[in-house]
Amino acid sequence: MQREKNTTGAAPDGPSDQSDPSENRLPDPHQWVAKYADMLYAYALPRINDDELARDLVQETFLAALERKDKFEGRSSESTWLTAILKNKIIDVYRKNSSGLRGVPPGLRKNSSGSWSGTEVADAEREQQEFFDPKDGHWTVAHQPRALGIEAQDPLMHKELSGMLKKCLDKLPALWLSVFTMKHMDDQPSEVICRELKVTPSNFWVIIHRAKLNLRACIQKSWF
Amino acid sequence: MKKLKAIIYNCRRATELIGKKQLTALTLRERLELGIHLIGCSFCRLFQRQSILINRWVRGLLHATPPAGTKLDDYFKEELQKRIDEKMRGEK
Repeated sequence: MQREKNTTGAAPDGPSDQSDPSENRLPDPHQWVAKYADMLYAYALPRINDDELARDLVQETFLAALERKDKFEGRSSESTWLTAILKNKIIDVYRKNSSGLRGVPPGLRKNSSGSWSGTEVADAEREQQEFFDPKDGHWTVAHQPRALGIEAQDPLMHKELSGMLKKCLDKLPALWLSVFTMKHMDDQPSEVICRELKVTPSNFWVIIHRAKLNLRACIQKSWF
Repeated sequence: MKKLKAIIYNCRRATELIGKKQLTALTLRERLELGIHLIGCSFCRLFQRQSILINRWVRGLLHATPPAGTKLDDYFKEELQKRIDEKMRGEK
């Protein structure tokens, strides 16, 4: 299948960020897929953790970019511009997931986008009530932190560990996961995350903390 | 003072402060409370270490470049470029 003529002859293989501030280059949509599709997909996949949805977002990104390509000012590179559009789409997904799924019975969780099937916020909160003694706030014996013995490991070097981490992340309630992911993914300022996901600043760190509590407990539980 | 005493023995509260400390600054009082608690509580000391570690793990996981196999397949790409080209023709 032939693509329309390759006008530039440029190698289409670079996911590299070619910032070219020298001139107001015009976007060249005929090259987009060859140049940027893999890069965008690689950006979306770990953030979304859903192959189907990641592909959809790549497609939507290009189509949205096409619609506003007149607004592309060449101040940033094409790849930066496209990534920014994709990023907004990812945030939309977070927002949808975190608002839509609260109060939905667990059985119906795998819906529309099919992405997260995590726990309900209420269940997750109940779960962590067991971590501490209701009277004095001590760790209960069953949930006391235990040294994993792998504290020095790089999880990426350690397949088992990274698989476990993923599984435990997926168990978090959608809102918690969204907040947690946004925080650790791009070091988004807290104000931005609060605004995008409509949480108050004081709720924000409580959510991060609770997500951490459950995540740590889950890791410990699956490790022993 | 009674309140301070309560926190010294309260792990739930201590873990909250550990979480808060990693995001924003603690007040002087909170720093004091947490410091005293940690001196006497090895579980919360371990929790703090693991909490920092988990941040690093999650970051590593999210920023990991996907393995070389995670590319879009050619068919998907061809179809996608076709859609883009069609849409552009439609605009002209």
